[in-house]
Amino acid sequence: MYKIINAKFLAPNIKRFVIEAPKIALKRKAGQFVIIRIKDGGERIPLTIADSDTLAGTITIIVQGIGKTTTELNTLNSGDAILDVVGPLGKPSHIENFGTAISIGGGVGTAIAYPTAVALKAAGNHTISIIGGRSKEFVILEDEMKKVCDEVYPTTDDGSYGFHGFVTQKLKELIDSGTKIDFVLAIGPIPMMKAVADTTRPYGIKTVVSLNPIMVDGTGMCGGCRATVDNKTVFVCVDGPEFDAHLVDFKTLERRNKTYRDSEAESLHDYKCYLDQIFEANLKN
Amino acid sequence: MPELSKKDRMKIPRQPMPEQDSKIRRSNFKEVNLGFTEELARLEALRCLQCPKPVCIEGCPVGVNIKGFINLVAQGDFLGAASKIKEDNMLPAICGRVCPQEEQCEAKCVVGVKGEPIAIGRLERFVADYEREHVGLRAPEIKSKTGKKVAIVGSGPSGLSCAGDLIQMGHDVTVFEALHELGGVLVYGIPEFRLPKEIVKTEIDSLKNLGVDFQTNAVIGVTDTIEELMQNGYDAVFIAVGAGLPHFLNIEGENLNGVYSSNEFLTRVNLMKAYKFPEYDTPVFNVKDKNVAVFGGGNTAMDAVRTSKRLGAKNAYIIYRRSDIEMPARKEEIHHAKEEGIEFLLLSNPNKFIGDKDGWLTGVELIKMELGEPDSSGRRKPIPIEGSNYILDIDMAVIAIGNGSNPIIQKTTPEINFNKWGNIVVDEETMATSKKGVFAGGDIVTGGATVILAMGAGRKAAKAINDFLLVTK
Ligand SMILES: Cc1cc2nc3c(=O)[nH]c(=O)nc-3n(C[C@H](O)[C@H](O)[C@H](O)COP(=O)(O)OP(=O)(O)OC[C@H]3O[C@@H](n4cnc5c(N)ncnc54)[C@H](O)[C@@H]3O)c2cc1C
Ligand SMILES: Cc1cc2nc3c(=O)[nH]c(=O)nc-3n(C[C@H](O)[C@H](O)[C@H](O)COP(=O)(O)OP(=O)(O)OC[C@H]3O[C@@H](n4cnc5c(N)ncnc54)[C@H](O)[C@@H]3O)c2cc1C
Ligand code: SF4
Ligand code: SF4
Ligand code: FES
Repeated sequence: MYKIINAKFLAPNIKRFVIEAPKIALKRKAGQFVIIRIKDGGERIPLTIADSDTLAGTITIIVQGIGKTTTELNTLNSGDAILDVVGPLGKPSHIENFGTAISIGGGVGTAIAYPTAVALKAAGNHTISIIGGRSKEFVILEDEMKKVCDEVYPTTDDGSYGFHGFVTQKLKELIDSGTKIDFVLAIGPIPMMKAVADTTRPYGIKTVVSLNPIMVDGTGMCGGCRATVDNKTVFVCVDGPEFDAHLVDFKTLERRNKTYRDSEAESLHDYKCYLDQIFEANLKN
Repeated sequence: MPELSKKDRMKIPRQPMPEQDSKIRRSNFKEVNLGFTEELARLEALRCLQCPKPVCIEGCPVGVNIKGFINLVAQGDFLGAASKIKEDNMLPAICGRVCPQEEQCEAKCVVGVKGEPIAIGRLERFVADYEREHVGLRAPEIKSKTGKKVAIVGSGPSGLSCAGDLIQMGHDVTVFEALHELGGVLVYGIPEFRLPKEIVKTEIDSLKNLGVDFQTNAVIGVTDTIEELMQNGYDAVFIAVGAGLPHFLNIEGENLNGVYSSNEFLTRVNLMKAYKFPEYDTPVFNVKDKNVAVFGGGNTAMDAVRTSKRLGAKNAYIIYRRSDIEMPARKEEIHHAKEEGIEFLLLSNPNKFIGDKDGWLTGVELIKMELGEPDSSGRRKPIPIEGSNYILDIDMAVIAIGNGSNPIIQKTTPEINFNKWGNIVVDEETMATSKKGVFAGGDIVTGGATVILAMGAGRKAAKAINDFLLVTK
C-alpha cells in the first residue's frame, strides 16, 4: 500500500496527489512515470511523476479524471492509500543545454511537462513555457512554472485568461517575432501535439513529444503500447515515452487509444451511477 | 488387494481423465480436466509394471521417482506418494497439469511401446491435489539460519522453486517481482481453465509460511539494479525473469486496432481478469460473435484461441504455417481445442493485415504453404504456393509466435554475458553467470521452454548458491 499524504484539486477534475514512495522518489528522473493500480480488481494506468521529495520520500502525480480509473482515483483523499505503484518507468527526458527551450503543456499535459522544464532550467537553458487550457480555471501550475521558467505564457481557448487562442498560435507568434528557439517539448492531447509538430517542422526546430498510449505492464512485456515512429514500431513504455515529434505517426496513436472506447464508456457510466447512488444515500441519512 | 500378474496389469486400459463436456466448457473459464477419483487413480497405478529398470524416470527432466510414487498410489498411500514426488518436484499439482508428459516421462514408459503408457502426469496431479485437499501442503523442515541473504528476481516457476530450496537450507530469501501478482507465466499466461490460479496461490502461500519474503512491483534493473541488490546486503542473486518480450510478425497492418500479442491478450484476460469486465476494470476487445485468428501452433496459441472462444467468438481459427505434425503444442491441448470447435487453418501464412478506414482490423491476407526439405531444426520447411493468396475476414488477431528476452536486465547489468538472442550465458552445472554471486535459470537462459525445465534450473541453482554461500564467509 502506498499512502496518500496530500490530495488537492488544481482545476475542475484535475487533482494533485503526494504519495509515499521513498524508493521511487530517490530514483526518478524527469520524464519518467509510474504505473498504479488503485485497488484489487483495478486497472493498471500510467501517470507521470510530476515531482518528488527525496527527504520526505514522496512523489507527486497530477491526474485528470477522464475515465473510470482516473475518476475513481480523484475521489481519494489524504489518508487513503493506493494498492500498487511501480516505477520509475520509461526513459528519462534527454536533457542538455540547447539554448532556448520551450515547454508547452496543454491541460494536464502541463503537469507532465513540468518536471522536464525544471531539468531544462537546471541544465542552463533559457526556459519559456506556454501553458494552455480551455478557460482560466483549466490553466494549471502557473506559479510552479514561473519559478523555473524565464518566461511563462498562459493561453486559453476562450480568452478568459492570458493569450486568447491555442498554444500553437502563441508558439507561432514567438517564432515570428524572431525569438531564437532551439528546443520544443510539447505534451497534451494528441491533436495538440500534432499541431505543435506541424508548427515547428517548417523551421526545423528540434521538437519532442511525450506519447500516451494505453499500457498494461509498462516493462516491455505486452507490446500493447506500441506506436509508429519513423515508420518503425516502438514500445512507448521502454523506448519512450518521449520521441521526436516530427517522426511520430499521430494518427495511429490516436486511433489505437480508441480501442476500448465503448467498453470504457460503459464502465465509466456504471461507476457514475454508483457514485450517484452513494450521493443519494448520503442525502437521505 | 490381490497381487496382479503382469499380464493382468497389462489388460487394464488407460483410465480416461474425467473432463467438463466440451459444449459446456467452451463458454466458461473453469478447469477442463476434473482429475482422477481415488478409484481411477489406483486402477491406473495398477497398470504400472514396476519395471526393474524404470526408463520413465529418464524421461523426466528432474528425475521424479515415478516407479516409487506410483507404487504408493497403487497401495492407497496417497500422502506417501506426495512426499515421494516432492523429493524431486516442488510443484507437482502444476507439472501434473501442464508438463508435456507425452514427450517426456510417458514417452519413455515401456507400456507405451505396445499400448498406451501409464498416465504418469494424471497420477502426479491426483496425488498433489489429494494432499492439498486433505491435509494442506505440509511444511518441510528448515535448517538453522545461516544469516546469508539471497535475492531472487522473478516469481515464475524457476524463481519459486529456487526460493523453496534456499529457505529450507536456512538462508533468508527475498523474491522480487515486476508485476503486482506472483507466479509469472503461471498466472499471467496459462489460463484458469488449464491451471486454476488457486493452486498457484496455495504454492506461493506455503512459501510465504516458510518465511520467503515477496516484494511485488519491483522491476529489477529499474527499482534496484542487480549491483544495488548486492550492495544492499544480498550475498547472491538468482535471475529468473523468463522470456518476456513479445515477437510480432513484422507485416503490414500489425498496429491496427484489434491486433494483439499473445502476452497482451492473455495478460488482460488472465492477470487482469478482463473476462469479468466490467466487474474488473481492465477491458479486452469484445469478440462476441466476431471472428478471431490466432497465429502460431504452440501452447500459447492454443491458450489464446481457446480463451477467445470462451469470450464468445463466433469463429476462432488457429493459423499455422506448417502441418499439424509439426505443431509444438501438447497433443491434449490440440485435442481439447478441436473439441471446443476451434478451426485449424494449417499450412497457411499471413502476408498482411487489412483494416477499415478507421483503422480497425477487418481481415488478413493468407497464402497457402507446402512442405519442402527439412530445415536446420529437422522440421520440413514451409514454402509459399504462388498465387494461392486469399483473404480471411477477422475482427481480432493474436500473434503467438514466441517470445524473446526482455532487455531490462541486460541493459542495466553490463557485467553479465548474454548471447546474441539476449539469453543469459551460464555454466550448465552451476547456473552461474559471468558476474560473481549471480546465477540465472529458466526461460531467460533457455528461451521459452517448459515449467518443469524452469523449475529444475531453479533447484540446480539453489544447490550451487548454497555451495557458494558456504564458501564465502
Ligand atoms: C506515459 C504516460 C504518462 C501519463 N501521465 C499522465 C498524467 O501525469 N496525468 C494524467 O492525468 N494522465 C496521464 N496519462 C494518461 C492516463 O494514463 C490515462 O488518462 C488513463 O490511463 C485513463 O484511464 P481511465 O480508466 O480513467 O480512462 P479510460 O476509461 O481508460 O479512457 C477514457 C478515454 O480516454 C482515452 N484514453 C485511454 N487511455 C488513454 C491514455 N493513455 N491517454 C489519453 N487518453 C486515453 C480513451 O480513448 C477513452 O476514450 C499518461 C499516459 C501515459 C502513457
Ligand atoms: C501461454 C503460455 C502457455 C504455456 N504452456 C505451457 C505448458 O502447458 N507446459 C509447460 O511446461 N510450459 C508452458 N509454457 C512455458 C512455461 O510457462 C515457461 O517455460 C515457464 O513459466 C518459465 O518459467 P520462468 O520462471 O523461467 O519464467 P516466467 O514464468 O516467465 O516468470 C518470470 C517472472 O519474472 C518477472 N520479471 C521479469 N522481468 C523482471 C524484472 N526485471 N524484475 C522483476 N521481475 C521480473 C515476470 O513478471 C515473471 O513473473 C507456457 C508459456 C506460455 C506463455
Ligand atoms: S514432472 Fe513432468 S515429466 Fe516429470 S514425472 Fe512429472 S509429469 Fe512427468
Ligand atoms: S516405465 Fe512405465 S511401467 Fe515401467 S515403471 Fe515406469 S511408469 Fe511403470
Ligand atoms: S505497456 Fe506492455 S509493453 Fe509497454
